[in-house]
Amino acid sequence: MIARLSLRFGVLAYLAAILLVPVGLVFWRTFEHGVHPAWAAVTTPDAQHAFWLTLEIAAIAVPLNTIFGVLCALAIVRHRFPGKGLLNAVVDLPLALSPVVVGLALYLLYGRNGWFDALPFQVLFATPSMVLATIFVSLPFVVREVVPVLREIGTDQEEAAATLGAGAFATFRRVTLPAIRWAIAYGVVLTTARSIGEFGAVSVVSGRISGKTETLTLLVQDKYESFDVTGAYAASVVLALIAIATLLLMTMFRPREERT
Amino acid sequence: MAVDAAALRAPARARAPRLGGVVGGGIVAGYLSLIVLLPLAAIAARSGNFRNAVTNREAVSALELSLVLALLVALVNAVVGTATAWVLVRDEFRGKRLVNTVIDLPFALPTIVAGLTLLALYGPRGWTGVDVAFTRTGVLLALLFVTLPFVVRTVQPVLLELDRDMEEAAASLGARPTAIFRRIVFPNLLPAILSGVALAFARAVGEFGSVVLISGNLPFKTEVASVYIFGRIQSNDAPGAAALSLVLLGISFAVLLAVGAVRRWATRHDREA
Repeated sequence: MIARLSLRFGVLAYLAAILLVPVGLVFWRTFEHGVHPAWAAVTTPDAQHAFWLTLEIAAIAVPLNTIFGVLCALAIVRHRFPGKGLLNAVVDLPLALSPVVVGLALYLLYGRNGWFDALPFQVLFATPSMVLATIFVSLPFVVREVVPVLREIGTDQEEAAATLGAGAFATFRRVTLPAIRWAIAYGVVLTTARSIGEFGAVSVVSGRISGKTETLTLLVQDKYESFDVTGAYAASVVLALIAIATLLLMTMFRPREERT
Repeated sequence: MAVDAAALRAPARARAPRLGGVVGGGIVAGYLSLIVLLPLAAIAARSGNFRNAVTNREAVSALELSLVLALLVALVNAVVGTATAWVLVRDEFRGKRLVNTVIDLPFALPTIVAGLTLLALYGPRGWTGVDVAFTRTGVLLALLFVTLPFVVRTVQPVLLELDRDMEEAAASLGARPTAIFRRIVFPNLLPAILSGVALAFARAVGEFGSVVLISGNLPFKTEVASVYIFGRIQSNDAPGAAALSLVLLGISFAVLLAVGAVRRWATRHDREA
């Protein structure tokens, strides 16, 4: 009994010290002098621009990775082809790779003397490279959520649909898709959170031009390093609220997925 | 007649998904090449004088610090992560569901915000009076924050599935709780602990966002590998940055292959059966 209680309180104390108290403190610090300074800090033109740019990047990266994720999961589960192990490793790579390395890779490819240097529009230090970086780091989430569910449901129902005369597309839309929709939704939530929170890769390729290529996470660093602590805390609170919304959506989707 | 018609139509339908498979496979391969493989190939192509760049003293020191800290993080997570999973599965207390939700916070919270929150508590003019800013302890703390969920989330489902019969049998035969844990529970959890630890290790080696504010980036003291690479890019030394990045890329691949091997080893009995 004593062992159990001390284990419980040891774990809770660790969580509190590393996680809860620091995050709670940022909220407290932000609103320490009332809501007004925090509100003023997040409504400056730079902060507004950073907010909309962050959403714009996520709005491009998330749908693309969702479509790719479903196709890739279908390829991994339903087809046999050489190099499948390699495909699995490459899909997981963004989870294990430093975001700075991702940023550098794009920097070298699209920068001066890079293979794609001579494109007719600017990629590096502009939105396209930031979108590419975000797609890279948030690539695995939909794949990783959909793969186990596809394995679980098997092919019986799809074969039954095919026997009854449904074409490949109708089978996918009316049999496969309803079965994996909660897994897709869960993956989309994770992809969105990762896209909005990406820092390292975007930091390398954006050039960090305030009011132009600065996302919310870059704004936090910029404000903190220019001693505008209120601005940094306020932008952090916006990001933390998005994170908390993500957690709530995750707990909403998880039980449904397990039920199917 | 109806049976004959179905038999006749079957081959045609068998071909249709194959065409779809080729198109889908093409899209997947093209997307992965453009987004992941081509950029990574650019790193390999541009790493310049690889040996000189990775034997540079500052690069070696940064890589060493990253590896040592990642090992420490892996060890702490192995113990605390397993303990946390245990408490979440086998213990009952009020607010357990909330704690379970909060575990994922480091995955959902942007890394730069994680760094800022730690500075608010353990930084200069922080509440605790301890100031870990610009120290290796501070970097370690940041890494512990961002890697917290890995081991918990790999061990928890295995612990939930674990059959309690074996433990009860051992207890009825007179085994003490520590012996039960050591000889029955732990061997069953080991593959999950190892995969979680490996992922936490990989994450810690390459971590950037949460470290950048807290480390102060002092060469030979708090400068980790990713921060070193970032500094090289900023000072226009692309080959130097690419060389150390290639090392990190190798480590990431090695960890993923190791996790795959652990997974195959853990399911060897299922596959033999």
